[in-house]
Amino acid sequence: MKRWLPYPAIGLTLILLWLLLTESTSVAAVLLGTALACAGCGALALVRFPRTRLRRLASVPGLLRDVVVEVFRSNNAVARIILRPSRAQARRSGFVRIPLDMRSPHGLAALTCILTATPGTVWVDYDSSDGTMLLHVLDLIDEDAWVRIVKDRWERRLMDIFE
Amino acid sequence: MSAMILSSAILAAQILLVAAMGCAALRVLRGPRAQDRVLALDTLYVNGAMLLLVFGIRTGTTHYFEAALLISLLGFVATAALSKFLMRGEVIE
Amino acid sequence: MTHAADVPLWAAVPVAFLLLIGAGLALAGSIGLVTLRSFYDRMHAPTLGTTLGIGSILVASMLYFSILQTRFVLHEILIAAFMVVTTPVTLMLLARAALYRDEREGNPDAPPRRPTPVQD
Repeated sequence: MKRWLPYPAIGLTLILLWLLLTESTSVAAVLLGTALACAGCGALALVRFPRTRLRRLASVPGLLRDVVVEVFRSNNAVARIILRPSRAQARRSGFVRIPLDMRSPHGLAALTCILTATPGTVWVDYDSSDGTMLLHVLDLIDEDAWVRIVKDRWERRLMDIFE
Repeated sequence: MSAMILSSAILAAQILLVAAMGCAALRVLRGPRAQDRVLALDTLYVNGAMLLLVFGIRTGTTHYFEAALLISLLGFVATAALSKFLMRGEVIE
Repeated sequence: MTHAADVPLWAAVPVAFLLLIGAGLALAGSIGLVTLRSFYDRMHAPTLGTTLGIGSILVASMLYFSILQTRFVLHEILIAAFMVVTTPVTLMLLARAALYRDEREGNPDAPPRRPTPVQD
């Protein structure tokens, strides 16, 4: 089982994406999609892609909802900053270095996606020797507040899922 | 009625997107550093993909979707290669 | 615009609204690209277009074609999924390249260097 299906979730996603691309659910499309998914998973196994097991899948929908809410909120905030240049003097942007406890590569990738997908924060660098990341924040009011936001709102919940 | 609403909204969206592409092109030309130009080029790609999607809605065919998918794909590869080049001076090590 | 008359009013209004929101956000991001002062500030501007901007245009396209062809047209999800995965990668690569170049040239925009660990 493990030998033939090393990455079941990724394979299923590949089949779904193929069906969406061809816009059909015919037997031929499903068979071709399955073949492609098997080839893709085989390629991942060749490069020794690290496997992960998701725990606590029940908290994923809540996390996704919070990400969507945050994307809307920060889009609004950044659009205001851009379109109102008169207040540019009061605004300060800068780098924050945040120590992370998470070590799972998948969890870190998810954190990168979340932080970069919310406008106003860009993940710049990660130092794997001591587990700190460098974040650039457009509207930096308080460094400690950002450390708290990242750790409490995202990192703790991602650790629940990935570690 | 709905045709009028849709056509005016599509026209407005196209004008806004072309203006956005103009702004991005301005940043490509003005620089000043190479990373500014690459960032602006990436924005230009995304705006182009959006313009094609709006064009697809205007003409009522789904063929433009594939062009938009290809543009976003090529934009990603181009930006990744250019960033790699900025970092090391070569694309493939 | 031969097909637009077939779309009922209750669908035309949200499609038009979403199109305008998406295009407006893309324009706001590109204006930010021109007006913001430092490179690291400008890095944030295009994310407006690549998240909610292209997202709302994709939803508008899905809604419009689903109603026009009276079946679910969902393949726009592909572009959305692709964007979600690729935007962080391009931005992070670009940010790291800029950081590297700034550090090498001693540019004041770069973040303060980390204190090097004491060897003993």
